[in-house]
Amino acid sequence: MEDIRIGVFICHCGTNIGGFLDVPSLVDYTKTLPNVTFATDNLYTCSEVGLSLIKEKIEEYDLNRIVVASCTPRTHEPLFRSTCQEAGLNPYLFEMVNIRDQCSWVHMKETEAATEKAKILIEMGVAKALLLQPLEKFKIDINPTALIIGGGIAGMTAALNLANQEFKVILIEKEPELGGLLRYLYKLYPTHDDASKVLEVRNLVENHQKIKVITSTEPVKIEGFIGNYKVSVKRRDGIYDIETGIIIVATGAQVLKPEGLFGYNGSTIITQLELEQLLKENKINVKNIVMIQCVGARNEERRYCSNICCMTALKNAILIKELNPDANINIIFRDIQTQGTTYEEYYRKAREKGITFIRYIPEKLPIVKESNIEVYNDYLNQDISIPYDMIVLSTPLIANPDSVDLAKMLKVPLEENHFFLEAHVKLRPVDFATDGIYVCGSAHWPADIPEAISQAYAAASRASTIISKDVLEVEGAIAEVDEDLCVGCGICIKICPYNAISMDDNGIAHVTEASCKGCGLCGATCPEKAITNHHFTTKQILAQILASGGK
Amino acid sequence: MSFEPNILGFLCNWCSYAGADLAGVSRVQYPPNIRVIRVMCSGRVDPVFVIEALATGLDGVIVMGCHLGDCHYIDGNYEEKMKLDLLSKALQLIGLSGRFRLEWVSASEGVRFGQVVSEFTKQIKNEGPSPFSGSKPNQKLKEDLEAIKRTLSDNRLRTLVGRERAITEFGNVYEETIEFEEYEKKIDDALNSEFLRNKILIKLEKEPLSVKDLSKSLSIESSLILEHIVSLKARNLIDFNRIDGITPYYHALKVAL
Repeated sequence: MEDIRIGVFICHCGTNIGGFLDVPSLVDYTKTLPNVTFATDNLYTCSEVGLSLIKEKIEEYDLNRIVVASCTPRTHEPLFRSTCQEAGLNPYLFEMVNIRDQCSWVHMKETEAATEKAKILIEMGVAKALLLQPLEKFKIDINPTALIIGGGIAGMTAALNLANQEFKVILIEKEPELGGLLRYLYKLYPTHDDASKVLEVRNLVENHQKIKVITSTEPVKIEGFIGNYKVSVKRRDGIYDIETGIIIVATGAQVLKPEGLFGYNGSTIITQLELEQLLKENKINVKNIVMIQCVGARNEERRYCSNICCMTALKNAILIKELNPDANINIIFRDIQTQGTTYEEYYRKAREKGITFIRYIPEKLPIVKESNIEVYNDYLNQDISIPYDMIVLSTPLIANPDSVDLAKMLKVPLEENHFFLEAHVKLRPVDFATDGIYVCGSAHWPADIPEAISQAYAAASRASTIISKDVLEVEGAIAEVDEDLCVGCGICIKICPYNAISMDDNGIAHVTEASCKGCGLCGATCPEKAITNHHFTTKQILAQILASGGK
Repeated sequence: MSFEPNILGFLCNWCSYAGADLAGVSRVQYPPNIRVIRVMCSGRVDPVFVIEALATGLDGVIVMGCHLGDCHYIDGNYEEKMKLDLLSKALQLIGLSGRFRLEWVSASEGVRFGQVVSEFTKQIKNEGPSPFSGSKPNQKLKEDLEAIKRTLSDNRLRTLVGRERAITEFGNVYEETIEFEEYEKKIDDALNSEFLRNKILIKLEKEPLSVKDLSKSLSIESSLILEHIVSLKARNLIDFNRIDGITPYYHALKVAL
């Protein structure tokens, strides 16, 4: 058995610890603990002198476990670990004890009690150090290729961005051509640029020598992990495999067709998207136009606001008004959402142009009659009758139906409306919890063009942090399944937040080292206690518990 | 001298441990009774750790993690809440739930960390010294705690609680979800019966006993004891020892764990 020789370095941190705890008595106490070969105090353990001393004593006393009792591991553990490494010790054979932030600083008027607490904390650290095992960081080779699924504005932007950074990009699109929903738009708010002008990015993408565009193609199977994904795609002539380092999901969304709502007929009662087509062809020759907002949205079935329809309605209304100032345009709305300085200004512009806004409440929906609409207006507490020649329904973007299959293939979550769900709304807005997979554009949430482009840049940037490396080093303190104990119940596979566990061919759970983050959830959950969470093993934690002073 | 409790805290690295560090940086003063074990996620804290801590004579145990929805590991703390809710119920069965608490403390809540620790220290002072510390530990309660420990170590409850979120939130393989309350009831039933079975088993590990003996020493109706004797025997955990007159005696087949 290995002869464990622990060295303990107790820091005064100037007077931050030494001024409030009896450090010499801590050293004396520490020397009495099992397997402690060497113990000393330093004025500043993290100083050049302090670090040299650690290396010197490792050599002199043949120490094979190091404990530093000082500040917090959240700031200083990396420094001390690398010091151990420089002295030839595996960095995981280091343990840190927090006697400053969680002891001397918070018990400043109780030197005696705080010193006793520090003794116990050091004893707990030494108890854990006794059981520490060397661990290796896994190294993964990274395939410097990006696969982008979906060739709308988000996917094309991400592709171009990565290709301009000299990465090889494969862009697959299920339709026969690139462009997504942008192809059907006339002009874009708030600048009234032609959509076709923005769509010119398509030429850049198609002609970029770093981008391979494959249309009429859909993924059917996805395997692997960060840096090494293998994606099988289906084309007309068969199944092909694509190898890639990262995947960006830019599959967009589709417009809800309001069958059965407000008399939708596709001719006099149409959607905003159909209106865009009429505008493109300059076929608007009617005078009285009524737009209804939130059609099929913000109701029991679809509780969300589709984000883009208010601005779309305003834009189309302004465009019509500019073509024909005599047109009467009424927008029947629930709440107008035009956030930010530019968009709110755009709303004012619409009002100045004489577009009328009439609020309705969801309890009393507008009723479409043969030549007029009846709306109950709760400001006036009465019904208003508005004549129309054309009704335009603002319907939400809805998730692509194939999102469900794609999410299963990628093993990433969808939210309740089947849009893709990011890892964290604030901290990781374009990442999935699974490393190396990113999302942008309306696949994630109804996004307008500026939003889709920003998200595409964000996803490309996140992806480039991975594929710019040849080799990725991942955490060594991860989970490991004991194959003899595992019964293959699969609970760990379901609860792992990172999809890092899968069932192997023998029905035994297997941890993908590259994907595990070492949270320890699986170990605490496994009914058979078949999982070891390295560096936070049950044995180590029980040793800490035993040393924590319950006598 | 007044009673100074020994309290153990499990703190997650990203929120609560950082909150505790911030308390230090802000020089928030709180009682020195707490000692901390750092884990990466509160989700690492196996309920059995808490029981082991209480069994060693620690007076109180507190687990702290990120606020729900803020977990660094996405939803580790939701899973932990399921486990520790079960632990609380189990500790209630033996009157020890007052010695345990689960709290969410974020990295920015240094002051609150101090408050939570102060409050919990006060709570444990009111609870008094651990029944397992000192020269005369409460042996009967210790046996009950051992039964609770086995109950939470065994795969039946671990499986139930391990699948709880999957089944109540996302549905089973047939995409049917079970109402949370209904599922909790199943867990409660399993907890009660496994607890009793483990109590019986611990008694039978010490000496062969009859149903009547067990009924008397555990103060449980003999019909219920018999039911559990049958299931323990079916699981190959106990066997007939001898028949005394017309009374069968049973003994444990192997010492569990």
